[in-house]
Formats: sequence, C-alpha cells, structure tokens
Amino acid sequence: MIGLTELRNTERELHAFRTRVLVAAVIVLATFGLLGARFVWLQLVQHEYYHTRAEDNRIAIVPLPPQRGLIFDRNGALLARNYSAYTLEIAPRKASDIDGTIKMLSHLVAITARDRSRFAKHLIEARNADSLPIRTRLSDEEVARFAVNRYRFQGVEIKARHFRQYPFGATASHVLGYIGRIDARDVEHLEQLGVEANYRGTEYIGKRGVEATYQQALHGETGFEQVEIDAAGRGIRSLSQVPARPGHNLTLTLDIRLQQVAEAAFAGRRGALVALDPASGAVLAFVSVPGYDPNLFVDGIDVQSWKALNTSADRPLNNRAIAGVYPPGSTFKPFMALAALTLGQRTPNSTIQDPGYFVLGERRFRDSHAGGHGTVDLRKSIVVSSDVYYYQLAHDMGIEAIAGFMQQFGFGTRTGIDLEGEAAGVLPSPQWKLKRFARREQQRWYAGETISIGIGQGYNAYTPLQLAAATAAIANGGALYRPHVVAHIDDPRTGKRETIAPQLIRQIPLKPEHVAFVQEAMAGVNREGTGARAFAGAEYTSAGKTGTAQVIGIKQNEKYDASKIDERLRDHSLFIAFAPVESPKIALAVVVENGGFGSRAAAPIARTVLDYYLLGRRPADAAQAAGEGEQP
Amino acid sequence: MELTRGTIRRLARASVDGIDATLLTVVVLLMGLGIATLYSASQESPERVISQLRHLTIAFGAMWLIARVPPQLLLRSALPVYVSGLLLLIAVALMGDVVNGARRWLSLGTIRFQPSEMMKIAMPLMLAWYFHRNEGHLRRRQFVFAGLLVAVPALLIARQPDLGTALLVAAAGFYVIFFAGLSWKAMGGLAALALASLPPIWSLLHDYQRRRILTLLDPTQDPLGAGYHIIQSTIAIGSGGLSGKGWLNGTQAHLEFIPERHTDFIFAVYSEEFGLIGNGVLLVLYALLIARGLAIAAQGATLFARLLGGSLSLIFFTYAFVNMGMVSGVLPVVGVPLPFLSYGGTALLTLFIAIGLLMGIHKHRKLVRT
Repeated sequence: MIGLTELRNTERELHAFRTRVLVAAVIVLATFGLLGARFVWLQLVQHEYYHTRAEDNRIAIVPLPPQRGLIFDRNGALLARNYSAYTLEIAPRKASDIDGTIKMLSHLVAITARDRSRFAKHLIEARNADSLPIRTRLSDEEVARFAVNRYRFQGVEIKARHFRQYPFGATASHVLGYIGRIDARDVEHLEQLGVEANYRGTEYIGKRGVEATYQQALHGETGFEQVEIDAAGRGIRSLSQVPARPGHNLTLTLDIRLQQVAEAAFAGRRGALVALDPASGAVLAFVSVPGYDPNLFVDGIDVQSWKALNTSADRPLNNRAIAGVYPPGSTFKPFMALAALTLGQRTPNSTIQDPGYFVLGERRFRDSHAGGHGTVDLRKSIVVSSDVYYYQLAHDMGIEAIAGFMQQFGFGTRTGIDLEGEAAGVLPSPQWKLKRFARREQQRWYAGETISIGIGQGYNAYTPLQLAAATAAIANGGALYRPHVVAHIDDPRTGKRETIAPQLIRQIPLKPEHVAFVQEAMAGVNREGTGARAFAGAEYTSAGKTGTAQVIGIKQNEKYDASKIDERLRDHSLFIAFAPVESPKIALAVVVENGGFGSRAAAPIARTVLDYYLLGRRPADAAQAAGEGEQP
Repeated sequence: MELTRGTIRRLARASVDGIDATLLTVVVLLMGLGIATLYSASQESPERVISQLRHLTIAFGAMWLIARVPPQLLLRSALPVYVSGLLLLIAVALMGDVVNGARRWLSLGTIRFQPSEMMKIAMPLMLAWYFHRNEGHLRRRQFVFAGLLVAVPALLIARQPDLGTALLVAAAGFYVIFFAGLSWKAMGGLAALALASLPPIWSLLHDYQRRRILTLLDPTQDPLGAGYHIIQSTIAIGSGGLSGKGWLNGTQAHLEFIPERHTDFIFAVYSEEFGLIGNGVLLVLYALLIARGLAIAAQGATLFARLLGGSLSLIFFTYAFVNMGMVSGVLPVVGVPLPFLSYGGTALLTLFIAIGLLMGIHKHRKLVRT
C-alpha cells in the first residue's frame, strides 16, 4: 500500500511537472511571439525608416571644393596662386576630448601656442564646421608620423588643402586684396545670394580687393563625392563623383612691374597713385602705400599682426586710392580753366592783374606766390598756378556753375571701379551743404566759400582715383571711362574668355579747341612751369599740374605727439599728368600725404612712372643716366 | 576481418550512442548560421572563425563526454561542483583580476577563468540535486533554502559586477524551483514583492545610476554614449527588411557601426544580412531546441533529471530571448551572448555541456531508478 501511495505520489508529481513544462512552453512561445512581432515592426513596418538611416550612416556627401582662380597681371605675371599643403584637422563633433586630443597630437607634430589660440578662435567662430585646422603646412615627416599613429585619434584627419599665395607680397595689395576664413557675415551674404550650397567645404572667401569683388568668378563650382564611410567616419570607397569646376582666372589691367616702380617711387612715404589708360579706363598702376602683406591673412591672421595693422598711424589697411579723399589743390585749376572756356567766362586772351591777393568784402585771399604773378592770362594761370586768377574766376562763375561743370568729370561721384570700399568724395555745392549739415546757419552757402573752391581747397574732397579718371578725360578729349582693374576673365576648363569692355560713363560735351588749349597749358607746366624741374630732360611730351592741399587738422582720436603732428600737418603734395600729349597713353594722379609742394614730392613720382611706362626705364637706369650726364 | 568489422560497427554504435539526433541537428544548424555570421562580422577574415571552430571542437568533445556520464555520477558531483564554484566566487571577490573594471577572472597559473561561468551549470545541478534529495517532502522550508542557494552566488556575481551572468545563474536556479513546484501563490507574492521594492531602491540610487537605467529604457536619450549600441543595432535589424541585405553585404556590420558585433551583438549582423526570414528561422531553431529539451525533461527518469533538463532548456530560452530582446531594443543591455552564434570559447563550452547533459538525461530515461 505504501508503495502504491508512493507510486501515486510520483504519478501526481510527474503530472504536476508536465503541467509546468507545458506552462513553460507556452511562455516560451509567447515571448518568442513578442520578439517576432518586434522583428516584423522593425523589418517590415519601419523598414524604410531604418533603411534610410543605414544609408545615411554609410554614405557621406563630401564636397569637393574647387580650385580658386588664379590672378595674373596684364603681361601674365602670376599675382595670386594656389599651392597644396597638408593640414592637420580636428572634427569637433567627432573628437570626444578636444583638449586631450590636441595634447596628444602635440607629441607628434609641433603645435605652437599661436596654433592653439587660432584653433580656439576657429572653434568659437565656426562651431558647426566639419573640421578645423589645428596645424597648417605640415612637413612630410609630420604627415608620416601622424599617419602611423592615426588609429589613436578619433576625428583627426590629415587633409590636403589649397592655400593662397601672393608671390609679390605687399605689392598691389590694395588691388589684389586677400582671402580669409568665411565668417558669419559672409555666410549671411552667401545665403542672400542663394549660393551657400556652392560653398560647402570651402573655408575661405575673398575679403578685399579683386579677391572680394570677383569672388563669384574666382570661386568656381563645388563638386560632390558620395563616399562610403565607416563608423569612425573614414572613407572606405568612392561611390560616385561630380568633379569640381575650378574658378576662373583673372587677368588684371595692372602692369606689376609698373606697379613695383610706382610703389618704390614713394620711398616709404604715405600716399596714393592711380594710373589709367585714357582710352579705356583700364588701371595701369594702383598704389596705396603703405600696403600690407596679404599672405598674412591666408591661414588666419594672428592677433598681434592684426593689431599692428589696425593701430598703425600709417593705416596700411586703408585703401587711400579709392577710400582716401583729398582736396585736389591746384590740380583743380585745369578743370576750372576748361569750365571757364566752355561756359564762356573767359577767353584764352583775357588777362587779370595778380597782385598776390584777392579781396572779397572784408576778406583777403592770399596767393601762395608772395607778390603775385603780375599780368596773368588763362595759359599762364595754369603754368605758374596763379591762385588770384582762380579766386576771381570762381567768384565770377558762382558755385552752381562750378559744381554743375565738375560733376560731369565725375568729381564727388563714385566711379564704380571694380574694387570695394570706394568713397564718393565731396563736390561742394549749396545742395550738398543743405544735405550735409543739420543747422540752418551751417547750411547756408557763403560767397567766400566759392573763392577757395576755385583753387581746389575748401570743401573739395576727391579720391585719387576720381582725379585720375578726370585727368584721363582731359587727355582723351572728354570721355569719362569707368576705371577697371580686371582686363579679362578666363574659364580654364573651356578656354572661354570674358573681356571687360571699356565702359564710357559719359562723353563730356567739350569743344576740341578748349581741350587742346588746356592740354597745351598743362604741357607748359611740365616744360616751363611748376612741373619743369621734375620733367627736365624728358624724352617724351607730357602734360601735368601740381597741387598742394592744405591739411585741415588732425583727428581728435590721434595721440598728441609733437614730432608726428608737425609732419602730419604738412600739406599734401599732388600731381596729375598724362603723356604723351599728342596721343596720351597714360594719365595719372599722385597724392603724397604731407609731402609739401606738389612739385617737390608728387611730380617726381609721376615722372618715374611715366619714364618706366613710356620708355621702359627704371629709376635706377635714370639715376645712372643722370650720373653719366653729370660727368664732364 | 569479420571481427574487425564487427568491432568497428560496435565502436561506431557506441560513439553515437546517447547522441540525440534532434538536438544535434538543431545545434549543428545553429552553429552553421553562427559560423557564417561570424565570418561576415569578422570582415571575411578567417582567423576568428578558425578560433571559434577550435572552441567548437573542444565544446563538442565535452558534450560527447558529458552525454555518457551516468546520472548517479552527476548526482554525486552536484554538491562538490556547487561548493567549489561558490568558493571560487568568493576567491574572485577577494583576489580576482580586474579586467575592464570588473573583477571576474581568477588566475590559476597560466589559465584564467571565470568561476561565474561554471555556476551556470553548477546552479541547476545543485538545486536539482537538493530537491531530488528532499523528494516527497518538499515544504516551504526547502523552497526558502533553495532560494538562498540561488541568491548567494547570484549576488556574488552581480557584485563583480556582471549583471548578465548573475541574471542567467539566478534564472537557472529559479527554473529548478519553478519546476520543483513552487506554488503559483508564492510566485505571485515574489513578483509583488519585487515590484514593491522598486521605488525604495530607485530612491537609493545615485543620479548617474538612474540616468544609466533611463538610458537602458530609452536609448535615444544618450545617442553617443550607451544608447549608441542599441540605436545602431536597431538600424541594422530594421534595414535588413524582409529578406536581408544578403550574406557579407551588411553595411552596418561591415562599416563597423555595430559594436561588439562578434559577441553580444552578433544578432544585429545576422538580422541585417538575413532579414525577417532569417530571424524567423532562428526563432524556429531555438524553439525546436527548447521544445526538444523540455520533452526530454518531461520524460526524465528521476526528479533530478527532470528538474535539471527543464532548467537547462529554459536557460537556452533565457539566453536567446534576453540577447535578441536587447539587440532589438526591447530589453536593457546586459552582457548575454546569443547561444551558438556569439563568438567565445567559454560560453560555447557551457552551452555544449548543457546539451550533453540533456542528451545524457535522454539516454538514461528508462534505465536506472534510484
């Protein structure tokens, strides 16, 4: 009986056990069913979504930034080029510990404090950048050393990048400008233009000069590559590629050798020079000194250099030729003379007596030449630069007539040159005063103000470029051209060339005999007048006019420094010229800041430039020739 | 000649004797899928596959041996195996090697091994033996003591910390208790107790621990840290679609987006390349394995055999379910390998010992009664 109970117990136990096995089996099936449901959800219902995410994981669209266009001078000399160099870059979003990474990197490649601070600056400015350079221009050895240790660095890559280089350094820096890192303002601008997609992968953009104004042409078209990447973001293979199209090459109207000669002629003095082809408005030389070395900006200028450029009293970043405004002084007189003839105020033969002063009411206006020039006709008024003649003339013509005439030569209006930052200058007139000043008594035009206008002083303020363009208009008989620095744009891929055609702003209605008279008078300046000394022995005919512009005062924010103030209060020295007189090939305007008399500082510079341009003679040759000449 | 042929035949029969054809077939199929997936996950480089095949040979030998161990011997070995496993766990806690921040390994001369792995088998053996000894008069006392036998090693392992193994060891023990007939009421009570203890435990946790748990529940909270694994494995599975990207064509796997793709996350590789159909096949194979194991357990000759067989079968289930659940993002990430697919010698050995035990139980289903 006991055995039977045991057996029955065992039977019952076995039954209970098998029930549990069944329960377990049901639970297993149910949970597997849940897993199966999960798989159906992921692999059927959500398949599209996950498929896309896997593809997004796998495929990176890598922009292929285009090669920036090159810049040449009119003779094909290379002014801006690209070279390829390795940079060590960190992808901020992929590198987990940036400081630690940089520290580890510094054991492999030299990383200076300047590199670090520049990287920190980049990091703040371009938080969303794909990768930022910690070091540029790695040596081959550094590249090799990093390559061996690459596996240790997540989010650090060596990249081959193109760098901009300006072989002529500071020469023509105000024409070329420079490129710099794309900043928030550039991005905004690109977005406005709707071209931001074309700048993916591009880090640099033209900031000044033709680099800025011809940015779109120089940039080219960004290509794209579809790359399969692994989890570490490393490219495994290329899937497809749309190659980048290189930017277009610029050929400038500038002659870099002429430019060098012109810049050297300033011999360290501050000032500007613009030389134009009177037949087209093409800029032959464009000087604003001191300049700066654009190469400093290429991979991000460091703080010290930037400070030095910005705080220098010489303002090397200031483009004097188009942003600097100067009273033209006596260089205004040929234009006044032309106005007098055109408007019938004077004939070539009418004379005045120049006692050395001019009286208007209570005020006495002095001639710069003490004692005056005696009997002065129109030609002599230009040749000897009589102030009294033009005091009288301005008084007789009245401000409205002067302003109306001068406006035709582009005075007080932006020329529209293909460079950024051009100033308009001031062509004084009662209307201008009304707009310029707020208070009633300041808005009034006084008769005495007209008198100073006549000799290019007073409110007159023009850029050297305006002066040069107006001079060119005298040289060519009244055609005012829009100056331009780019001659043609070439697509290196197709060989297609876009030539920048001369653009006539206006043909000023002038009588040829009036123009010829003024031209001849200006030729007299260089032959026997105020320019004669500078142009002694010239082997070509030339026309010129000296000018001396009073410096009104120093700016309030400049420090008091007796020796400097003295120098900076001196008059500006100006000179305008064109040559040869019969068929002008070049017209120019020179300003030497605080250079004193026009005949002293500015005229010799003009002579040097004309000598080189017309005769191909460098200043050294000229000095040698002069030296030989003095030998008995 | 005649003699030799007969000897050979007898030898052959003896060597396959006790090898269960169903279990063997299922395991061979799973191993085949595992090796194929491993080959793909290893970027088609054979070294790891060869190494796994070496593990397989050893594990297979162990299975073959275990399958012919008489149940009495197993019964007698249960207590010593369990006690030595427990002592080793204590030794690990006191003087184990720390690898990757966890104290799991014990150095014995040149060999290092994980006593916790041994507990996966020792635990069901021990509990089955314990219930077997007390057969016929199982009272609450026995169940409480059994609970203690489970809790002590499980807590030691959890402290290492190795949550995955602790979970598997505890589950193995619990399954024995379940099959031994713990009342439904008691189980309900335990579950209620566990639920009730959650809020106070939560309040004791540090902030970073809470965050870690929250990430387990919602991986998108920490896409670059702990959540990365799950996000990438889910993408792998989902992008596999119905029929998968094809063997060796999984981009998530080959471009190394899937972490731990040879070991704990190999299912993501498999699923990406073989798709929903492949997953179905895998589920069916596991279901067959478990069903066969449970059937063997149901036919067990002794309570010891039944409890051991039932527990081992459900261990396979636990491995498979927890692993696939975590890789597909429905369970938190704990270190549990996918049986027969994940790379690793120790895990494979344990699995094949379990298979061997099941085969042994089946072989001796009628022969001996104690």
